[in-house]
Amino acid sequence: MQHLIIGAGPAGVVAAETLRKADPDAAIAIIGDEPEPPYSRMAIPYYLINNIDESGTYLRDPKQHFGALNIEVVQQRVDKIDTGGKSVTLADGSSRSYDKLLVATGSRPVSPPIPGLDLPQVHSCWTLEDARNIIKLAQPGSNVVLIGAGFIGCIILEALVKRGVNLAVVETGNRMVPRMLDEKAGGLLETWCKNRGIDVHTSCSVEGISDAGDGQVEVSLSDGSKLGAALVITATGVKANTDLVADSGIEVDQGILVNRRMQTSNPDVYAAGDVAQGVDFSTGNFEVQAIQPTATDHGRIAALNMAGQGDEHHGTLNMNVLDTVGLVSCSFGLWMGVDGGDSAHLYNPEEFQYINLQFDGDHLVGASSVGKTQHVGVLRGLIESRIHLGEWKQRLMQDPTAIMEAYVACTQELSYH
Amino acid sequence: MQKSLNIDPGKCTGCLQCEMACSYEHTGTFNPSRSYIKVFTFHHEGRFAPYTCTQCDEAWCMRACPVDAITVDMATGAKVVHDDKCVGCKVCTIACPFGTINYSQATGKVVKCDLCGGDPQCAAACPTDAITYVDADWTGYDRMLASAAKSLPSAEATA
Ligand SMILES: Cc1cc2nc3c(=O)[nH]c(=O)nc-3n(C[C@H](O)[C@H](O)[C@H](O)COP(=O)(O)OP(=O)(O)OC[C@H]3O[C@@H](n4cnc5c(N)ncnc54)[C@H](O)[C@@H]3O)c2cc1C
Ligand code: SF4
Ligand code: SF4
Repeated sequence: MQHLIIGAGPAGVVAAETLRKADPDAAIAIIGDEPEPPYSRMAIPYYLINNIDESGTYLRDPKQHFGALNIEVVQQRVDKIDTGGKSVTLADGSSRSYDKLLVATGSRPVSPPIPGLDLPQVHSCWTLEDARNIIKLAQPGSNVVLIGAGFIGCIILEALVKRGVNLAVVETGNRMVPRMLDEKAGGLLETWCKNRGIDVHTSCSVEGISDAGDGQVEVSLSDGSKLGAALVITATGVKANTDLVADSGIEVDQGILVNRRMQTSNPDVYAAGDVAQGVDFSTGNFEVQAIQPTATDHGRIAALNMAGQGDEHHGTLNMNVLDTVGLVSCSFGLWMGVDGGDSAHLYNPEEFQYINLQFDGDHLVGASSVGKTQHVGVLRGLIESRIHLGEWKQRLMQDPTAIMEAYVACTQELSYH
Repeated sequence: MQKSLNIDPGKCTGCLQCEMACSYEHTGTFNPSRSYIKVFTFHHEGRFAPYTCTQCDEAWCMRACPVDAITVDMATGAKVVHDDKCVGCKVCTIACPFGTINYSQATGKVVKCDLCGGDPQCAAACPTDAITYVDADWTGYDRMLASAAKSLPSAEATA
């Protein structure tokens, strides 16, 4: 059995490891096009602030791990998939055949058509290569403009502040992280950032970037302001890397469409991670989530099914955790609520604390919080287990902080006698 | 045979000796707020329930970690966080559906139960045997694990 995996990110690596466990004798190869050993994009912000060196971003110890598991890692770009002949063509012209193929090619950053994006001071923050460029330009005291205060933008924001730059952030939405936090929570983040000297522009867009000489650029905003900068970072969204399957007849929408076994419309081809449009736990719809926990879950489910041992997946829960210069926020599932559902809130703006719980009947279906770091994972447990909260719903309505108590009481008998 | 913690909430009196012992073992200070095991209080029922990581088989925390900072201690089966590798990204804290791996502002890393390398101090400190460390097959802790696992339809065949 030859298992071939395209893409050496978390989805591809977890898939290879799971395959090895499930099928000790199979041949397994990961083909990835980046020049570094398999690494994690998520670790880039910590590399930017010198918390780790480049090797700290590696998903596994490249010297030992893959060899020990007899997983071949090939550094090449895959140019073409021939689903008829069940083979792929690599950039060097060679080809490799497969019995089962996993496409785990991730996503790439995209930007709106802003004039000046091609200037050398403008970078996205997606790869280690991008990170090296950013480190060169984001020197302490220099002016930096970040375009986009979405989830990824806010993660980079923290790293830039720690590098000691003067930071301005421009977000078209009316608040920070609009797709993860509601107005109250987004508002808390904005105040928090402004209190720390960050120049936040919401409901505002960048109209153009022009060369200002001396290595500087000028960024023009829709609110009329003009900002000088040594570095402009774009974090304006991502797009699934589906090009590879474009001519293969495999069904594509926002990402590669997969069923609950992570199988594409071609039964021998699977997809996982940022590139895959898989089932969402909360809605049952097929969505591209583009988050790390989903990438690793996808990788595992795809691998089990490729090895013939898998099952249908109940869907991945959309969830995020974010540390914005010390203020931790997170969101899970249907944090914006459902029609006819109840909700519970705790809002304490002086303390930068917020909890939002959303119910459907007596189930928890979504939640978000600001300023809370303890036991937040149990929100996932409460949502994904579809626990009937019974009387605990009323208790949570009165005290939304009692999430751990609710979970323990609903899942454990308080006495085993 | 690997041992596991056996928790019997029916015997817990809420004395918090386990939290004291855990925080002392891991931080060098008696500070229950930094304990990795927590005793939850149920005022209505007049009951207490100590709760910590079950070292679950799925190890959601370990799988979600982007930098391989959580590994299995082969001797005890505990999932252990390595501070030298943890970058503090917190993704494990939302991935663990039991809420038992948590971010520590004090260290900038995450913390969780590591079974104290095979000599859990919570069990040693508990005066009522509500927490014991035993090699029984079917401990209350296993029941806690099983009921927690049952509550999560992981829908993946056990390979
Ligand atoms: C700065 C930053 C911070 C982030 N922080 C978080 C966070 O805190 N929490 C979170 O949940 N998510 C975060 N993410 C998102 C997370 O990193 C992604 O969801 C995750 O990397 C997806 O994994 P993947 O394996 O699907 O894709 P990727 O990690 O993108 O890996 C895909 C690989 O495939 C390669 N590839 C593509 N096409 C080909 C081809 N034709 N041939 C060969 N190789 C190919 C790519 O070059 C890439 O190396 C962050 C991302 C960034 C950039
Ligand atoms: S912290 Fe949570 S996910 Fe990790 S081993 Fe413990 S119970 Fe499992
Ligand atoms: S906080 Fe540390 S242990 Fe947890 S996922 Fe991030 S790097 Fe891994």
